Amino acid sequence: MSTSIIEVNNLSKQFGDFQAVKEVNFTVEQGEIFAFLGPNGAGKTTTINMLTGLAKPTSGSIRIAGHDGIKDMKRVQQLIGIVPDESNLYADLSGYDNLVFCASLYGMGKNKREERAKQLLEEFGLADTGKRPFKAYSKGMKRKLTIAAGIIHAPTILFLDEPTTGIDVESARQIRRLVKNLNESGTTIFLTTHYIEEAERLCTRVGFIVEGKVVRIDRVVNLMKDYKKEYTIEFTLENHDPSLQETMDQAFPGVRVEQISNQKFRVIPQEKIGVAPFIKFFEDSHKPVYEARIIRPTLEDVFVKITGIEIANMKKEKEGKKK
Amino acid sequence: MNQLIGFLSILRKDMKTYYLKPPNISWGIIFPISWTLMFFAKSESTVDLREILPGVMALSILFGTTSMLSVTITFERKSRSFERLLLAPLSLNLLMLAKTTGAILFGIINAFIPVLFASFMVDLSGINWLSTFLGVFFIAVTSTFLGLFIAVSVKEVFEAQTFSNFFRFPMMFLCGLFIPISSLPTLIRPLPYVLPLTYGADLLKRSINNTGIMPPWISFFVLLAFSFGLFMISTRNIKRKWIY
Repeated sequence: MSTSIIEVNNLSKQFGDFQAVKEVNFTVEQGEIFAFLGPNGAGKTTTINMLTGLAKPTSGSIRIAGHDGIKDMKRVQQLIGIVPDESNLYADLSGYDNLVFCASLYGMGKNKREERAKQLLEEFGLADTGKRPFKAYSKGMKRKLTIAAGIIHAPTILFLDEPTTGIDVESARQIRRLVKNLNESGTTIFLTTHYIEEAERLCTRVGFIVEGKVVRIDRVVNLMKDYKKEYTIEFTLENHDPSLQETMDQAFPGVRVEQISNQKFRVIPQEKIGVAPFIKFFEDSHKPVYEARIIRPTLEDVFVKITGIEIANMKKEKEGKKK
Repeated sequence: MNQLIGFLSILRKDMKTYYLKPPNISWGIIFPISWTLMFFAKSESTVDLREILPGVMALSILFGTTSMLSVTITFERKSRSFERLLLAPLSLNLLMLAKTTGAILFGIINAFIPVLFASFMVDLSGINWLSTFLGVFFIAVTSTFLGLFIAVSVKEVFEAQTFSNFFRFPMMFLCGLFIPISSLPTLIRPLPYVLPLTYGADLLKRSINNTGIMPPWISFFVLLAFSFGLFMISTRNIKRKWIY
């Protein structure tokens, strides 16, 4: 049986006339990876700030690992690790010194913190650069060291705010692997991201948050299940024929046909049907088919369907902000 | 014990990262020498080094601590590394004491550099060293907490410098170091008594040259009240502004 390690009830945050978070309710189960997905300004970071003690809720309650997350925040902070959306370690201190310093903030003794810092530098592939000042690190290395600093005291829960935004593909993959390993070793992970595929790959459950409201929370498999009934077949043809779409509309009434490019068509049937009738139609029309594939819905499609927000705009907005 | 580890670690990190950096060490040496030369330049007759010592010490502390603390905290706020401290399981009061202790020590060291120079040139016998140290300590504490108050009130590093001067220059001219309080125009004569530096400077004058105008216990009491008041206002402002 799963137990909730984070319980949030009717949590709200008001900034003057603007309500950033609106009566949010959710739980995070012990040992899971939970993600908040949403565009810029949706309230993800404000929620994390309230859960970690950097912002005071206007109303509502928070319980973390059995403690009151508002009145007893200092005790909660002993149990949680936080990786903010910006790598905010000390520029002039070396990677090793940064980790040792962060460990001391949690009251770890000298020998223990030095040993742990060395161990994490090794695990995160930063052992060779441990003596280099933080400011000399690449973006990916900075991100990894910031995550290492977040787990230096072996927290029960780790909050990760946009862990892979603005870093190269390889570093992002390494970070995802590190997050997965951390979770497998028993750490509960709460992350926010605008990379839907990241959430799909990593998370047990996700919550969609838009304009301060949680619009849907569920297990990734459940969210996908509802949309798996809808499927699309994509055909790539050898030659382009502008009149083909019209002919197809006549041949397959009730099937939506979308021309993607000169040679690519997508057909969206109302109910599940095979590809064979379409292949036969193309062959009869002397249009050889190069490729036919069924496109399964992704979490991104589910997100768009539920929130009505276009992912491309969301990514552009976030990357622009980072620059 | 856990809290003490955090406290000492923040203090050590600040000393290493800010206060023991070569530009700041040289500031600690050059600044008092410049003040001494300024007093020499302004005087038409021969200047008694011992007479100007309280002024040089007080101004060295005031400028050293307010500049360092307001700039370093504003800088850490800007780079968001200060958030890391706010998110640590340390009480806010202890955290702010850790951040200010480095500046207080820096101010105390700054104050004794001119004393060291003066000891080679003039006779320093008869000075009440305990009272001098307490005076130096309280000027360092009030100036540092003033720096903290400034840091909490601004967002940018340049604003911290401008805002610091808004407090420092009136204090410098009204605290009785340049112009005796009794010689000030009647209308502004009460003003020095609301400035902490007046009490610190008077305490140093009494301890070094026996020329103070107020009983030392009043100065100690007022400086203690200023220290407590400025610290409480600053931590309250941090809770209000930074833990929003």
